[in-house]
Amino acid sequence: MFAYVVKRLISGVLVVTLVSMAIFLLFWYGPSSPAQPICDRETSNRCTQAKLAVYEKTLGYDNPVYEEYGKYVKGIFVGRTLTIASNDYECSAPCMGVSFRTKQPVKEELVSRIPATFSIAIGGAFLYLLFGVPIGVAAARRRGSVADKALVSSFLFISSVPYYLFALLTWLYLTITFEVPFFSDTGYFPITQDGPFKWFSGLFLAWVALGIFGCTQYTRFTRGAMVEALSEDYIRTAKAKGLPTRTIVYKHGLRAALVPVVTIFGIDFGTLLAGTIFTERIFEIQGIGWWSLEAVQGRDLPVVQATALFSAVVLIISNLLVDVVYSVLDPRVRLS
Amino acid sequence: MTSVPMTQSSATESPDDRGSDGPYLQVEDLKVTFPTQDGPVTAVSGLTYSVEKGKTLGIVGESGSGKSVSSMAVMGLHDTKSAQISGSIRVGGTEVVGLSEAKMRGLRGNSMAMIFQDALAALHPFYKIGGQLEEAYLVHHSSASKRDARRKAIEMLDRVGIPQPDRRVDDFPHQFSGGMRQRAMIAMGLINDPSLLIADEPTTALDVTVQAQILDLLQDLQREFNSAVIIITHDLGVIAEMADDVLVMYAGRCVEYGTTKQILTAPEMPYTWGLLSSIPDVGASTDARLIPIPGNPPSLLRPPSGCSFHPRCVHSDKVPGDLCRTELPELVPASSGTAHLKRCHLADPVGVYTTEVLPEIAPELVEETR
Repeated sequence: MFAYVVKRLISGVLVVTLVSMAIFLLFWYGPSSPAQPICDRETSNRCTQAKLAVYEKTLGYDNPVYEEYGKYVKGIFVGRTLTIASNDYECSAPCMGVSFRTKQPVKEELVSRIPATFSIAIGGAFLYLLFGVPIGVAAARRRGSVADKALVSSFLFISSVPYYLFALLTWLYLTITFEVPFFSDTGYFPITQDGPFKWFSGLFLAWVALGIFGCTQYTRFTRGAMVEALSEDYIRTAKAKGLPTRTIVYKHGLRAALVPVVTIFGIDFGTLLAGTIFTERIFEIQGIGWWSLEAVQGRDLPVVQATALFSAVVLIISNLLVDVVYSVLDPRVRLS
Repeated sequence: MTSVPMTQSSATESPDDRGSDGPYLQVEDLKVTFPTQDGPVTAVSGLTYSVEKGKTLGIVGESGSGKSVSSMAVMGLHDTKSAQISGSIRVGGTEVVGLSEAKMRGLRGNSMAMIFQDALAALHPFYKIGGQLEEAYLVHHSSASKRDARRKAIEMLDRVGIPQPDRRVDDFPHQFSGGMRQRAMIAMGLINDPSLLIADEPTTALDVTVQAQILDLLQDLQREFNSAVIIITHDLGVIAEMADDVLVMYAGRCVEYGTTKQILTAPEMPYTWGLLSSIPDVGASTDARLIPIPGNPPSLLRPPSGCSFHPRCVHSDKVPGDLCRTELPELVPASSGTAHLKRCHLADPVGVYTTEVLPEIAPELVEETR
């Protein structure tokens, strides 16, 4: 197990390295010069060939790509000083560059935005698991009944709606039409500054939107896995032993049904942690998702690079965790 | 440590005492129907049989003949919402048709147990063998401690011939070989010393040498525990070795019922002849032929009129008129003895068997009788 985790971590580092190279190369060999966005911004869209050359030179874009990639990697470990036109910017380790828009080190903003995104992801995932899994189990036990059919079809309907539309409608109705007290003022308010109530009320609607939408999906996953588990031979054996129904359903059925659900959840949750663009944008929460959206819109290459790398790292870690949890849940899986 | 007796019994309520005079299991006019979207499917109908303690009943038939369905009805394993069960099933004197789920649960795994084919699928893949055995013990011995249950589990694994049971008890099912898994399954079935054991094709998923070991083990255990055993199989070799009585099922009905000797040496129903003709026999002369039964088992949704076997029966032309097609034959005593029942219109089955069937499947037996 330990050896397996170490092995996976090493391969994870390798993947992160490859991802960082890929992102670096994409911008380097992109359709316009990587200095074009900053040049346009600084000169109010009057970037001439000569001005562009200055930016390219100070940013090092006239050097060979491997040399600059080397500097970039070195910056991550020991920090570096970046020069843009005539100004120097100190960027301490782990240096992920300086934002073209704010001129602040990308790392600092990334760190400041993590709590917002993680709050949304953890709260939303908590809600959808809390409701989705038990409802799925209940539906599986009553499969074929009117209640089950009504539930499955209505949940299928909700999850067929695009999430951004669903979240937008949730926001519209709950904050504009009904003006739900306390919760209408959405946003991220750090628990350390504004207290737990403000934090909670600011994120609540985002959690509700994410929770309801995720719940419809997890109900269906759980129901499917549970129906399958309950039709297994070992359930019949459990029944033949004279076990009470609760034990059969939960200890024997749910235990087996959880494996696929946990697998899906691991990947899903990793995606949430990497940034929830729609949720953050609609509920005005300053998280990583919104930040990456702004970076793309403002052609803020260092930020795009950093958020892409961050997603890769989070997904690799969550994949590793899924595999480890999987081997704990299913003794037939041998990690080696 | 408290000394809890290992074979603790709920003697006051045990049905074993009350029903000790008659057969332990009595099934009468059992009918099992599943409502489906295409209409009701009668999987078992008019089934009557009984098994005494210490005796083994073999139930044979093709897939879908109702062997497993009828046994699962005895165990109360059908979903009450999707299966309609009528008739009478008495286990140790207790009527179990219509018995409350709570009372049924007290019998299942306790007075009666079932072991299934394909133990890999029938054992839970995520729990240790020991844990699954302990669970079966504890559910019927609420006052026993976890430690007692573990000791009992090890004792049972030892009894069914698992080497190093005190270590293997902590293995998962996938770490056992096929034969060992089936042994563990048997150990789990017998852990509460049931008076009735139903073995549903217990050797089907195993290779031949292991099959023989498992059958031997079942016989040993039956002698030791003096339980009534039902063995469900499509293998007449298993029947010959294990069973005292045989029930041949076709399309949900009993078509022939008798002692093993009667069924194997003097069968009177063409379907039983077909089963006998289709067993390969290494000891037989090279003249002996392997004759399959033509056609497929009938759909239970639209069973054939009259005798269910008539579309596949090669002897129906010997019955006058359209009798086979129009009228379901009654289960009547056969000529070889009163305990031997058959469901067939043939007027002289013994004659047909000795002149037509026997020469084909075992010519050497015909020589002997001449």
